[in-house]
Amino acid sequence: MTESYKTIGHLERILSEGKFVITAELTPPDSANPQEVYDEAAMLANSVDAFNATDGSGAHCHMSSISICSLLTRQGYPMVMQISCRDRNRIAIQGDVLGAAAMGVSNILCISGDDVTAGDQPEAKRVFDFDSIQLLRTIRLMRDKEMFLSGRKLTEPLKMFLGAASNPFMPPYDWRALRLAKKIEAGANFIQSQYCYDVPMLRTFMRQCGDLGLHDLVYYLVGVGPIRSVKTAEYMRTKVPGVHIPDEIVDRLRKTPQIRQREEGKRICVEIIEQVKEIEGVDGLHIMAYKQQELIPEIVEEAGLLPRPARDQGDVSSPDFQDENIH
Amino acid sequence: MAMGTWIRSKPALLERAYQVSCATIKWMQPLLLKMGYERANRWILPLERFSKRLLFDCQMCGQCTLHETGMVCPMTCPKHLRNGACGGVRSNGNCEVIPDMRCVWVVAYERAQEMRVFGPEMITIKPPANHLLEDSSAWINKISGVDQSHPKGWAELPPNPVIEKRFLDTES
Repeated sequence: MTESYKTIGHLERILSEGKFVITAELTPPDSANPQEVYDEAAMLANSVDAFNATDGSGAHCHMSSISICSLLTRQGYPMVMQISCRDRNRIAIQGDVLGAAAMGVSNILCISGDDVTAGDQPEAKRVFDFDSIQLLRTIRLMRDKEMFLSGRKLTEPLKMFLGAASNPFMPPYDWRALRLAKKIEAGANFIQSQYCYDVPMLRTFMRQCGDLGLHDLVYYLVGVGPIRSVKTAEYMRTKVPGVHIPDEIVDRLRKTPQIRQREEGKRICVEIIEQVKEIEGVDGLHIMAYKQQELIPEIVEEAGLLPRPARDQGDVSSPDFQDENIH
Repeated sequence: MAMGTWIRSKPALLERAYQVSCATIKWMQPLLLKMGYERANRWILPLERFSKRLLFDCQMCGQCTLHETGMVCPMTCPKHLRNGACGGVRSNGNCEVIPDMRCVWVVAYERAQEMRVFGPEMITIKPPANHLLEDSSAWINKISGVDQSHPKGWAELPPNPVIEKRFLDTES
């Protein structure tokens, strides 16, 4: 697909080998205790191929994405560092990109970010100096032309596999595939989508992408996740920006006794995975299970997606494992 | 603001108006050059601010993209996205941040469909805003070319040729 490796990280390698890939979002701690980060990653290590460190998702404060990446790259985990445009301007972001690469981060997900009003500090100043597309293009510039946005040269080349988000489930629907194309032009190599609870809608979108010839140009990972209860479902679709949950799914949870709703939510997730992986153009999954990470290994197993491709610990040149090899 | 609302619902008309004003500005260029852009800016700014605020709720970013964004001012998007729509749009097409407001980019996409000349321009990637140009006249900046002076690096990166071609294929 891509003419040459942008990085030699695990995520890009297995995607280019045509494997069905699984990434998962970590729940960042509300503490300064690194052990929480290590424990969560260790629990998911055999079920997931790469880990997303979120950047103040939902405009809530947690341990930052760059510091979680710093902890986990040193343990040899392939990381996807999320950068949101909400909190930092172009000067801060370009510096963080270099820092992340220096720590062995091979993948960056560029997003605009939820607005400050979605969080618990709505009085904060919003930055949005870049939007996600300008951010993608700027990092592509740093990688492909070895320069900052100002034109000043980097002294060494930068390797980075670039990700972007996609939300096919919200208006303007006909614009969504074209906007994805725009992101690919800006530099996206892989996509991690918003939660998919509406498979027919995803199918329509993927067909539009296919018609535009986008399947060959980008790896598309579909966002999935278990819903804990009917109350969570109602919260997600009214309070979390951009999440679409069809009535059928909410009704199915409502008809389930409360004590079994968590189990039912997991089953719905597995069923969605089984349908999604058959859709043309889908290259993998992005599992988001906020505060329910313990379900991820079960979901991956029940969907028949084990074992995961081996991570090549012997690859000394792989930036994902650089540090481990030094020690 | 009733007039603003009425005229905003006529994107094809606005597109013509844009073409006419471009031609007018071009015609006026020698005069403005003689005046000096800085002086011209002082004269034109109040007029531009008044009319564009009335018509488009213009935020005076000084580098107008109206014709490329469905004649909707992208700076009225609370996130100031110049390449929207974001993923936070509500299912009724309203804004994530201001629940009672239609998403600026939903409106932009609808209106771009009615614009035959500049509608397809929505697909082009808009560079990051130049905050040095805030509160200056976008008209003067257009004539002087200042609004096209993107960061040096931005211009160094060629467009992705594969995608470019496909866009043209789908848009034509």
